[in-house]
This record gives sequence, C-alpha cells and structure tokens, in this order.
Amino acid sequence: MLKCRTVWKKLAPLARASSTVCRQNVRRAGLNNGRIPTSVPTAHMSSGPAGGGGDNLKYALLVGLAGIGGLTYAIITVKGDQKRYEKRIAEIESRPSKATTDVQPKAPAVEASEPEEAVPEPEPEAAPSPEEPSPPAEVAAPGADVEAVAHDAEVAASSQTTEPPPAADSTPASAKVPSHAPYLLIGGGTASFAAARSIRARDPGATVLIVTDEPDLPYMRPPLSKELWFSDDPSVTETLRFKQWNGKERSIYFQPPSFYVKPEEFDSAENGGVAVLTSKKVVHMDVRGNKVKLDDNTEISYDKCLIATGGIPRNLQVVERAGEEVMKRTTLFRKIEDFKSLEKVSRNINSITIIGGGFLGSELACALGRRSTESGLEVIQMFPEKGNMGKVLPEYLSNWTTEKVKREGVKVISEALVKSVKYKDDKLEIHLKDGRLVKTDHIVAAVGLEPNVDLAKSAGLEVDSDFGGYRVNAELQARSNIWVAGDAACFYDIRLGRRRVEHHDHAVVSGRLAGENMTGASKPYWHQSMFWSDLGPDVGYEAIGIVDSSLPTVGVFAKATAKDTPKAATEKSGTGIRSESETEDTATSAVASATPAPAVEHKDDYGKGVIFYVRDKVVVGIILWNVFNRMPIARKIIKDGEEHADLNEVAKLFNIHED
Amino acid sequence: MSHCKQEGKDRIIFVTKEDHETPSNAELIADDPNDPYEDQGLILPNGEINWNCPCLGGMASGPCGSQFKEAFSCFHYSKEEVKGSECIDQFRGMQECMQKFPELYPQEEDKESSPEAESESGSAPADDSASPSQNDSLPSSAVASEGVPPTDPQSAS
Repeated sequence: MLKCRTVWKKLAPLARASSTVCRQNVRRAGLNNGRIPTSVPTAHMSSGPAGGGGDNLKYALLVGLAGIGGLTYAIITVKGDQKRYEKRIAEIESRPSKATTDVQPKAPAVEASEPEEAVPEPEPEAAPSPEEPSPPAEVAAPGADVEAVAHDAEVAASSQTTEPPPAADSTPASAKVPSHAPYLLIGGGTASFAAARSIRARDPGATVLIVTDEPDLPYMRPPLSKELWFSDDPSVTETLRFKQWNGKERSIYFQPPSFYVKPEEFDSAENGGVAVLTSKKVVHMDVRGNKVKLDDNTEISYDKCLIATGGIPRNLQVVERAGEEVMKRTTLFRKIEDFKSLEKVSRNINSITIIGGGFLGSELACALGRRSTESGLEVIQMFPEKGNMGKVLPEYLSNWTTEKVKREGVKVISEALVKSVKYKDDKLEIHLKDGRLVKTDHIVAAVGLEPNVDLAKSAGLEVDSDFGGYRVNAELQARSNIWVAGDAACFYDIRLGRRRVEHHDHAVVSGRLAGENMTGASKPYWHQSMFWSDLGPDVGYEAIGIVDSSLPTVGVFAKATAKDTPKAATEKSGTGIRSESETEDTATSAVASATPAPAVEHKDDYGKGVIFYVRDKVVVGIILWNVFNRMPIARKIIKDGEEHADLNEVAKLFNIHED
Repeated sequence: MSHCKQEGKDRIIFVTKEDHETPSNAELIADDPNDPYEDQGLILPNGEINWNCPCLGGMASGPCGSQFKEAFSCFHYSKEEVKGSECIDQFRGMQECMQKFPELYPQEEDKESSPEAESESGSAPADDSASPSQNDSLPSSAVASEGVPPTDPQSAS
C-alpha cells in the first residue's frame, strides 16, 4: 500500500493525466472494485523509474493499454456471469421435470463456467489469468450461483476430482426437492404429523410436504424416556419398537416408510399424499413471496404453511462453560440419536447424574434406576426443588413421589444448585453451591426446552416474551397462511389464557387443529389436551389444564388397592399409550399380565385420588392420581370453568373408589 | 368419615367409599351437541362422516384414503335393505389398494380391529369424544375378505 502511495506521489503529474483515462474506463466498465486503479501503479513500477518528457507518451500508452485490458476483462466477467446465471435458472426450472441423473445438472454449470475459469478435467490450472479463480468466488453472483461457483472454484483448485463426485455433492438432493407444496409443514414431529393427517382427511387428494432437519421420519417422543428403556430386546436401539403393557408391540414411528410418498413423486402423486424431506433445514422464510429457503439454497413455495419446529433442549450455563471434556460427557436428551447414545453410554459407565427434576429428568432417572439393579449403575438425580416434580405437584405429593423415585434405585439430591462442573481424573466433579460434591461419569441435562423460533426474524413473526415461542391467536394462526402448532406455539387458550404447552397430546391436538384450520375450519383451541407421566409401576397420573404447584390445590384421596396402578389401567383398556385409551378404545380380551402389581402400602395414603388446581375460585387444572380412564370428566370440568363451592362434591364425579 | 388437613395453601381430603356414595351436587353445564368448537364424533350433526375422527386412525389419510372414503361413504349413505350391498366395487377397490401396502394394512383373516388400528394407524393418539364401538366395525369390515360388511347400527342414519 505504502509503496503504491509513494510511487503514486512521484508520478502525480503523470498520474493525474492518466487517471482521467482510467476513471472513464472504470465508469464504462461499470465495475468499481478498486482493482483497476491499483493495477495502474503496479504497471508503472515494473516499467522502471519515472523519466523525462518522452516517457510521457510511453506511460500514456501503458496506462491506456492497461485500461483497455481491464475494461475487456470486466466485460467478459459480467457477460459470463449473466450467461451462467441464465443457465442456472434454466437448470433449476427444468429440474422437477428432469429424470435425475446426477451428472446432467452439473453439466450446464460446468459449461457455463468454462469461459470463466478452469474446468476440472479438460483444462486444470491452465487458467487465462492468475486472477480468475478468485474473482468468480468474489464477484456478486445471483444467490443460486454462489454455492456452485464456490464449489467450482474449489474443484478447480484441487483439480483432481472427476466430474461425477462433485455433481453428486452439489445437486442430487436439490434435484428431489419439490418446488411447490400446497401444504408445507416445517418440522417433522408429532404436531406436524397430526396436521398432515388432518389435512389429508379433510382435503381429498391433498399433497403435504414435511421438511425436517432430523434424519428420521416422524416419530413419537414419550417412549424415548419410558417404554424403550423397559424393553427386553437387546436390539431396541435399532428397531425402536417397544412392548406396551398389553403385550402389543409397536414402533415409535407413526407410520412405516411405505405410508409416505417419495419427494420425487410428490408432484405426480395421483391421490396426493404426505412426503417427508429429511435432513433439510428451513433457514429463511419469505412471507410476502410465500416461499421458504432450505439450507441447501433450494426454495419451496407454498400455499399454506405450518411451523412446527418444536424446540432444543436447554443446557446449564455451568456445563457450557466447563469445557470440552465435560460437554463430551453431557447428554441433552430429546431425539432418537440422544436415546441411542445415552443407552450405549449407560452400559459402559459406573455413575450417571441427571440434572433436573421435572418430567423428563424424573422419567429418565426412574428408567435408568431400574437398570441399575442389573448393571450396578449408580443413578443420581439432582434438582433445585425440594422434591421431584416440585413445580407441578403440591409439596406433600412431590415429597411422596420423591420417595417412590428413590425406591426405583435413584439417589436423589434435592435443593441442589450446581455451582460448577470440572473434569478431573477421568471423572466429572459437580460442585454444588452448598458445598456438596458429586463425582460421576456422565451427565444428562434435563432442564427445559428452548422453543425454536429461528424463522421469526426472516418471516417477521412475533415471538412471545413471557412463554417463548411464536405468538399465535386462538386459532393457532400467526399470519395469513401461516400457522404454528406444538411446543413452539404460544397460543391463546379461550378458557385458560395465553400459554405454551410442551406435551405430546398437545402436539397432537394442536397439530390436528392447525390442519383443520389450514383446510378452512376456523376453529379455536377448545379441546383441552392432557398429559401423563409414570414414575415406576406404582405411580402414574394423568393431568389436564394448568398444573402449577404455585396455585392452591385441593386433593381428594382414597386408599389405593393393587388394581390402581398404571399397568393395570392400560391392561384394562387394551392400549399402550394412555391418551389413546379414550379415542381408540378397542375391545380386547383380557390380556395376560406377567405378575400382578405389588400391593401399594404407605404411611401417607396418597394412593389414588384427584387433585384440583384452583385459580380465582375456578378449577384450571386437574390431576388424576392413579385414577384412570376418567379424563373426559376432568375435561368437562375445566371446560365449564364454573366456580364450585365444594370440590369434594366435584370429586365425587370421578368415582375414585371404583376401578 | 372423611377427614381433611391443610398444608399451607394445599388442602387434602381423605374420603372413604361411603363418603362418596351420595350423589354429587356439583353442577355441570349441559353440552351443546351442535357446538362447532367441539371435536365431533364419527358422524357430524349434519349426518356427514367426520373423516378427521381420531377413531378412524389414519384410514382416511393414508395412501388408500380415497378408496376408503369412497367405500365407507357408499356404505354410510346406502339405503338398501342389506346396507352397503351396492358398494362391493368400492370395497374391492379399497381392498386392492390395501393389499399393495401390507405393512400399513396387515392382511389377516379374523382380524380384530385393535391390531389393525394399532399397526395401521400408528397414529398420534388424541382425545376424542367419539363413541368407541364405531371403531370396531369399521376396520374389520374394511379388511373382510369379501362380501357385504356387517351392519353397523351406530352409523345407520
């Protein structure tokens, strides 16, 4: 830089004369990237020190030639870009109708790049000028080009790759992506699947496209922290099948692959269907243009769109700050791959600690605790509350539950706040704020879910500051043609107010509702979703509405008998998943059970009962504690939203003493 | 005798069977069967079939959904003496389609509705107020190897 300046100063008078020529050239070329002016002094430098008057002509000539050279180069670049852009657009447009041969899409790109840069095979490195490999990467090419260009540049540089592999890298997946989907569902979880089913039921022949960044087809999450752990099958991590209490086996996948239409056949499917694009992430949403962009830069336009992106498990700050060795030994549990890796890890270590005392943490603790009897694995669970489910259950029940969890083989450390985590001597040391130290081999962090609102910015959608998630109205709509369902939706519940719910049944209910509204129903969220949890074979409960331990509660209990356990409940109704038992009640003959559940005996008789959560004298939440198949009554009470003077009278409706 | 205690803001009541024998005096609001917000059962108030009923599992939305809808609609609106006797073709079409997807629609004789609803629907379960017995006859009639499906008293209009 300095050299240039000093030279420039020396040649100031000459430079002034020549620079006007340069400026005119630059203007004509339409390029102002500063390269041309700097090439001028360089030319001067190489030609020797400034001389007398006769040299003026030489300099003028040199400058002129350099200017013309630069101008020619600029024109070629722009023309070449234009050609390549047009070829690329033509190629994109022709993709859906083309039979996919990987080499073919690459060919136009290669042809187009010939005038510009070194083509891999024929002319490696014999590039016209040394500058050329870099400019193509730098020159502002239309969006779709950039990737191919950068890729081509890399290929040119390496000059050893043959054509097919680069073609396989850059285009195959995009060749299969439909360019338009009447119904586009972002996210491939429970809510999305429920919506797809709803749409297909209501709009005959509908084509629904699900785009998910997971490699798996839609599956249900509850068994990942419950039934899959109780399976006797050693290959359960592969098959992902679990045996329900009634003896019937099923897969966690909602449907086998044959249910879905292949993305390539999406446009041509005769009676419509549901197609799933796996391992593709939607990174940008253009609400005005009704289209989305994937992480491989392909675009899909839609008529109606559902955002069902769920969330990502939260991590503890102390773990994130603790360094790589600790992070390597920490599991954030949510997906199939997390289940697989945790299952494997748990077989090879001596001690595992679960941080978090909510649903997921307690269920995993119980599941692992059960394994600990065979394997000798030490299972520790720690959380800041006083007892398990401390934010959900009233204190007396939370304490009771904690005792049950301990009986499942878990070392429970309550009122535990983690101060720091260190990796030392091949062990993880968890230092608590009150001074206690816990040494363990692996950590599972179950400290909540961060709703995924990545698309809010590009789509211009509102995010709720209280509950997180996309803010939608009572009909789950964010904007025209855009709905949100599942964990990511912060919606208005007509009865219970604005909320965001992270349960399986809510994903089903909201997904269904969104699907109905996407096909013209205009129905608000009205059918209240429920949730359930089992903590071992003795403690199971179903709940509905707002179940927050900070609310005043009224609990009505009876003494439990051996018949009042979750196992017995599902056996009786013949279904595996409890929320199913209401809708798909199928008459089956009594199922043989292995052993009768042990008689439930404890000092505090919280064997079975019903707990009401009250807000402003109205029941807003109900837990059915070891009392099953009575959810419709609970739902009705919440729906009515009445003030009841005596909740014992309301409890009578549940017949808790009966089976 | 019931007894109760108070732990802070939480009230706990223990009741015996006798305590709960007297009928409840809690009042519940009568349900409006035509409430548009409510989830409907299999048959809508206007007599049409609710294809989105959870009780159908995924029958109406799967690859053979349109054939199923045709067959079942024909049956539902059939006014013949032997209900659905004119719908043989639609049922045959449905069965042919289902045979192409053995994974989804397992073909077994004497099938109970439950295994079929389980494996075929594999559905995201959802709550619903649908009358459960309607589910039984549908899938079994769907998979009946041949002949007229059994009469379904529930769906008779």
